[in-house]
Amino acid sequence: LSRIGDELYLEPTESGLSLRAVNSSRSAFASFLFAPLFFQQYEPGSTGPDAELFRCKVHMKSFLGIFRSLPSLEKSVGKCLILLKPHANRLVLQLHCKYGVTKTHNLAFQECERLQAVFDTQRCASRLCASARVLAEAVVHFPPTLAEVTLGTGPGGKISLQNYVEDEAEPSKTMVTQLWLAEDEFQAVAVAPGSHITFCLKEFRGLLSFAEASNLPLTIHFDEPGSPFRPTGKSQMNSPAAISREQHEHSRSCSVPLSVSHLPIPSDDFADDLESYMAAMETSEGGSGGPPSPTSESNPEEEEEEEEEGAVPGTPPHKKFRSLFFGSVLAPGRPSPATTQEVLAEDSDGEC
Amino acid sequence: MRFRAKIVDLACLNHFSRIINTIAKLARTCILRLTVCKLYFILSDKVANGGASMWCELCQGNFFDEFQMEGVAAEHNEIYLELAPENLSRALKTAQNAKAVKMKLTNKHCPCLRVAVELPSLSSSSRIVTHDIPVGVIPRRMWNDFREPSVPDFDVSIYLPALKTMKSVVERMKNLGNFIVIEANLSGEMNLKIETDLVSVTTHFKDLGNPPWATEDGCQSSARGRDLESMVEVCIDIKKLQQLLAGQQVNPTKALCNIVRKRIVHFILLHEEVSLQYFIPAIA
Repeated sequence: LSRIGDELYLEPTESGLSLRAVNSSRSAFASFLFAPLFFQQYEPGSTGPDAELFRCKVHMKSFLGIFRSLPSLEKSVGKCLILLKPHANRLVLQLHCKYGVTKTHNLAFQECERLQAVFDTQRCASRLCASARVLAEAVVHFPPTLAEVTLGTGPGGKISLQNYVEDEAEPSKTMVTQLWLAEDEFQAVAVAPGSHITFCLKEFRGLLSFAEASNLPLTIHFDEPGSPFRPTGKSQMNSPAAISREQHEHSRSCSVPLSVSHLPIPSDDFADDLESYMAAMETSEGGSGGPPSPTSESNPEEEEEEEEEGAVPGTPPHKKFRSLFFGSVLAPGRPSPATTQEVLAEDSDGEC
Repeated sequence: MRFRAKIVDLACLNHFSRIINTIAKLARTCILRLTVCKLYFILSDKVANGGASMWCELCQGNFFDEFQMEGVAAEHNEIYLELAPENLSRALKTAQNAKAVKMKLTNKHCPCLRVAVELPSLSSSSRIVTHDIPVGVIPRRMWNDFREPSVPDFDVSIYLPALKTMKSVVERMKNLGNFIVIEANLSGEMNLKIETDLVSVTTHFKDLGNPPWATEDGCQSSARGRDLESMVEVCIDIKKLQQLLAGQQVNPTKALCNIVRKRIVHFILLHEEVSLQYFIPAIA
């Protein structure tokens, strides 16, 4: 997610905790959905019949900094508690470690609109399904800095990938790399003949490395140029993550929602901790009911960890394509699973 | 003008890739000269290259299973192409376990060297990756610019110390300054010196040995009667030396250099199947 955007959107829903990110040009969107079964305990929060569950966004770097060193985390951390304190404007992450050590991180958050990419898989004309490994082996032939790649069809049902060369670049100076994959390398191929789409490779690579590590097959839905390009993956038991990502490079967007099924390990200890913690929280709150402060400098813990995940934001699409995309896809009146379905309207950063 | 070649043996492919990687470290663009028997990678000493020049020669039979070329004309059966060796290096980089690599000169929209890598795959048919590397065809009238440089009238010729050692010394010296002085004598001694306002560092190498022709009569009139111990020095851009040493991935069979006092240093690195000569001029 950090490869997509600088802010992490947390949205608890009845069907799980959704972590999302969008890039600065709104051309790529990613979301992970952790089903309730993934957690030992999951309480999205109490809501009335019409009220929405609280959602917020935090700085990606701050959040990542807490989980910086995975090997040492695996050795020392027993439990991790994530708590949203709307009234105190804090997202609390508490790591319960060995030897009775508890590390508590308080992150300031901002309230935000629901972040949702608009697309309809059913309307996509083409679909490809392949193991992440095959796709990773395919993209390895392209230079690591390559921004965009064109996917096409060829004779004999073969699928081709080629580096995208800008129109402005001189053809006599640019090396062109093309890879052909046979139909039987894929788990499923249903591609409209003559399809020819270009998408952002950088963001796709991030997704791919995750999928490869988790050994997930990816299904890619796409249509004509101008509509979303959406890789999806579904994981089995015991693997985390749901990624969905949308990219609108040259009106191609790529999104991968993976849903998680994970059997919980019930633990009474955790419930006790949670309850007592929440009780303590209730009593100590200052109770300022004002809107959350947009600044984050108030907490020194956020600044100490300046881990750079090496994320590179996606290349912004040409302005005209971006507006074309949003214009065509926002289909009014279509029923949606969520109570609201709005892509973030504001263009400016950090001013939700 | 036609060119087609194929490599099937993995060891040959890896060896060829390593050579290309070395060339890519030395030059951003260079000339590839193809003849019936040999391939040459040439960098001529234009100002744009900082005056350094390179001549690398290999026998095609040692690498290619198939090699066919037709030059521009019957009596000039050669092809000169200008290309960026980095592109070729990149194309071969992911061909580590290829079944075969084919190269072909094509001219669809513009002249290209097409490298087609056939990779094993789980499916019935192989995976094919093609890289179209743009090349420039050098016209016949310019071929004279790229002749083999002659060995200069050197003052000293000496074998180099272990390249790995030399490389680590030079890399550290690079942090201190931009120019390095190489001096050597006919008694097998070489010093690498760097001098700045604040510090001067010298690394001494002994017992390196001098090639037989260094002390032959009639070879160097200036060397005759000269003290075997006296040092001949040349001051060069340290980056060029560092690039040369950094690009060496395999220890050469023979490595030596010829120094012309205050003018130029000529490095010769010989492997079994490839020879590389690199000239670095002195800083004016």
